Amino acid sequence: MIEMHDVWKTYADGTVALQAVNVVIDRNEFVYVVGPSGAGKSTFMKLIYREEVPTKGQLSVNGFNIGKLKQRKIPYVRRNIGVIFQDYRLLPKLSAFENIAFAMEVIESPRRLIKRRTMEVLDLVGLKHKAASLPAQLSGGEQQRVAIARAIVNNPAVIVADEPTGNLDPETSSGIMKLLEEINFRGTTIVMATHNKEIVNSLRKRVLAIENGLIVRDQQRGEYGYEV
Amino acid sequence: MRSSTVIRHVREGGKNVARNGWMSFASMSSIAISLFILGVFMLLALNVNKLANQLESQVQIRVYMQVGADQAKIQEVERSIKRIPEVKVVKFVSKEEGLNQLRKSMGEEGKAALDGYTNENNPLPDAFEIEVFEPQKISFVAKKVNAINELDSSKPIMSVKYGQGTVEKLFTITNAVRNIGLFIVAGLAIMAMFLISTTIKMTIIARRREISIMKMVGATNGFIRWPFFIEGALIGIGGSAITVAILLYSYSKLITTAKYDIGLFTIELATMKDVGWILTGSILVIGVLLGIWGSTVSVRKYLKV
Ligand SMILES: Nc1ncnc2c1ncn2[C@@H]1O[C@H](COP(=O)(O)OP(=O)(O)OP(=O)(O)O)[C@@H](O)[C@H]1O
Ligand SMILES: [Mg+2]
Repeated sequence: MIEMHDVWKTYADGTVALQAVNVVIDRNEFVYVVGPSGAGKSTFMKLIYREEVPTKGQLSVNGFNIGKLKQRKIPYVRRNIGVIFQDYRLLPKLSAFENIAFAMEVIESPRRLIKRRTMEVLDLVGLKHKAASLPAQLSGGEQQRVAIARAIVNNPAVIVADEPTGNLDPETSSGIMKLLEEINFRGTTIVMATHNKEIVNSLRKRVLAIENGLIVRDQQRGEYGYEV
Repeated sequence: MRSSTVIRHVREGGKNVARNGWMSFASMSSIAISLFILGVFMLLALNVNKLANQLESQVQIRVYMQVGADQAKIQEVERSIKRIPEVKVVKFVSKEEGLNQLRKSMGEEGKAALDGYTNENNPLPDAFEIEVFEPQKISFVAKKVNAINELDSSKPIMSVKYGQGTVEKLFTITNAVRNIGLFIVAGLAIMAMFLISTTIKMTIIARRREISIMKMVGATNGFIRWPFFIEGALIGIGGSAITVAILLYSYSKLITTAKYDIGLFTIELATMKDVGWILTGSILVIGVLLGIWGSTVSVRKYLKV
């Protein structure tokens, strides 16, 4: 699903964010990416959804060679990757329903399908009754649920989540994790960067630890491994 | 592109105009203000042009025959003049008509001076009035008429007059006015473009987030660009419609007022029929183009395409 061979990322200002990364993530895996602040976790994620390009090395996602991807093809690769952020990134002037439907309109899905599928994912994240609410009228956890619904609405092969529980209290966070686990159970690969020790240690999955741009640990059913 | 996608773009473009309420209003106002100034200058230019045309068309050549030239000679000269391709109208003014015209033009005081003259002792020569197609060619035509005289051994023409010197001066002035008008209009159009691109740039920056989210969920650049393109066109149409309405209304008021108040001068303003369509058409077209251009440039810059 995701393959990195000797991947390096050096930013324009000379910062080396990733060095010699070799990782293979299979279909249907659930992977935590952990490590200290500034270690390169977000950079790792950005490479996957082609926000950044590797300076060196081989990177393929879902069969696409991301490093050599033509500008024109990027949108089509992104359609297979759902992205979730700490700050939700919802459009404030659109309702929950519209925010999700937006992702389907963008890829030119037929209108009838948009309506049906949007209600379906709203139901999955438990927010059918809030379809007409604007983001400002929703709690942080609810907003993140809308963002998750948007990420999965087009049935992507991979979900990339960069600190999805970063702004949420423990109880809300565990609700979000249940949802991600459910999505993973239905067949979607999930890569999630997190600082949340409790989550990593209770919902045991594969753990990739990055320090100074290097992968220092790759452990199945691993622990968080850092003191908070 | 699916037809539902086309509808979606138009709907989104329209919604964007509404959603970005005051931003759209600001863009529309900036287009309207620029176009308004442009329109005022266009009206001015149209009127100056009309005035110049009026003055120019009043320019004519007078050809005076020798006193006592016979009928056959006069007709021969008339035929020769008519053969000059630049000549539009040749009008024969007999010496009797000439005397009448003189009497009329001199009015009350003139009556006394011309009292003794009748058709029998008329001192005036027979004459032709020549109008040309292009007033600017008047001296060229006058030269040709002179050439007719040179070729005829009997030298039937006494003199050829067209206000030498004065006419040339008039043409330099009308040409200068036209060029300056064009220059100002072009300058204002560029200014309007600058204003609009700045306004749309602000709109785009305000919607960075929206664009980045669209990209995140896999929108193609073309898909992202369309609603902005339509939004720009709608803003252009809105701005220019406001401008056209205000301009035409004020101008129609101005014409009716001017008829009574400044009626003393024999300056005739261009009529609504003269300016209506050309003003509406060009302002709408310029407005829409400015709107589309402004949004296209800004979106392209932001999308880095
Ligand atoms: N666009 C950029 N240009 C230059 N340097 C950058 C850029 N983005 C990130 N970096 C640098 O690259 C390194 C890795 O950053 P990254 O955002 O991947 O860290 P992170 O592990 O996600 O940190 P955090 O846990 O705080 O989110 C840091 O030193 C950061 O300053
Ligand atoms: Mg980060």
